Amino acid sequence: MAKIIAGVTSSHVPAIGAAIDNHKTEEPYWKRVFSGFEKSKEWFAKTKPDVVIGVYNDHASAFSVEVVPTFALGCAAEFPPADEGWGPRPVPPVKGAPDLAAHIAQSVILDEFDLTIINKMEVDHGLTVPMNLVMGDPNGGWPCPVIPLAVNVVLFPPPTAHRCFMLGRAIKKAVESYPEDLRVVIFGTGGMSHQISGPRAGLINSKFDKAFLDDLVKNPKKLTKIKHVDLMREAGAEGIELVMWLVMRGALDDKVDEVYRFYTVPASNTAVGHVILENRSRKSAKKSAKKSAKKATKKAGKKRK
Amino acid sequence: MPHTQKEYDDIPGTFVFDQERSRRGYGINMFCMSLMKAENRKAFKENEAEYLKKFPLTPEQTEAILKRDYNKMLELGGNIYFTAKLGATDGHSFQHLAAVMTGSTQEDYAKMMLGGGRPIEGNRSKSGKHERKSKPAAKAKGRKKVGSKRG
Repeated sequence: MAKIIAGVTSSHVPAIGAAIDNHKTEEPYWKRVFSGFEKSKEWFAKTKPDVVIGVYNDHASAFSVEVVPTFALGCAAEFPPADEGWGPRPVPPVKGAPDLAAHIAQSVILDEFDLTIINKMEVDHGLTVPMNLVMGDPNGGWPCPVIPLAVNVVLFPPPTAHRCFMLGRAIKKAVESYPEDLRVVIFGTGGMSHQISGPRAGLINSKFDKAFLDDLVKNPKKLTKIKHVDLMREAGAEGIELVMWLVMRGALDDKVDEVYRFYTVPASNTAVGHVILENRSRKSAKKSAKKSAKKATKKAGKKRK
Repeated sequence: MPHTQKEYDDIPGTFVFDQERSRRGYGINMFCMSLMKAENRKAFKENEAEYLKKFPLTPEQTEAILKRDYNKMLELGGNIYFTAKLGATDGHSFQHLAAVMTGSTQEDYAKMMLGGGRPIEGNRSKSGKHERKSKPAAKAKGRKKVGSKRG
């Protein structure tokens, strides 16, 4: 059976993509950002997932204001990089996983999440920048297929934090009912605090970001209660992208191990937040079960005394 | 069209791109989308006013585009991911646009970002009702607080 083994969050600042594409990653400003992802690349190479589900948002590349799907699942075999106004990013096309995507679509729609199915789509920096950061240099092709899940966070209102979390739950259920033995990693991208529009542009709220990261790991249910207006007020108008992280978190187990965290300000106009969360492996789950069983016996023993 | 008061109208310096704005700014955003093609960028640059006639724009919207008044474009229904394409067509970096929208120079804006960005204190609400009482408001005053005249 297929299984979601880990979740990754990462900002998707376009300037990060430009820094990679223009070979500026060694400049001190950018080195500060990129050095935070060195461990992540090692982790990804070691983890070698069979498929990634990439939760991201389109930035007026594939979707204009003509049609705005709230959740759109990429079911195609391939997604070329979009021309965002200065030519497509020089990265290979993203290969999809159409069979698993079709299974997820069917499963979550019957679970009452009315997804839009996308059979032809170009993907922008929202998806490919986090792939660069976590998977590394894709020359020679990306290391594994990616199923893009585009979430509308451009036209207000995006889906609620709770809805995103519950979609993650439905995706988890879908993946776990897929007959092939696949190890799946899910990315939640965007954020953290940033506002890039209007006179309040440049807003950063590190205190909010750090609390959000802590809750994402240990108390995600608390985050599902955040109202959009509070998210925009505290994390910036475009910081509302953070709802996408909750799709990722919903797809993981309740208890996860935080294996890596990185936070820095700024990348261009944005606070960069990045965590890697692993579902506890059966081995360590057994261990902790044993541990708690031991504790229980100890306690019981003490009581007896 | 009546404007319904929204809770988020109280966030200072912010134009939330909701469906009301999206409908009003449809022409602005579709014009910006057209700039994703090189031949359109060229045609626009050759005669901006003439090119804009192809889109359903009000005189006020046309003027905002011609004057590169980015805040006005947002107010009239433009969205930043779309208007950024106009900035790119002009050869400007995104930080340039951000500086313009905040009434700052690009250098000062970049400095502010390196210093940790615009602080949240004093920038939560126009009415002040969402400011944290524990933080001394006086400290935040004058520190990159945004004007609430427009947003």
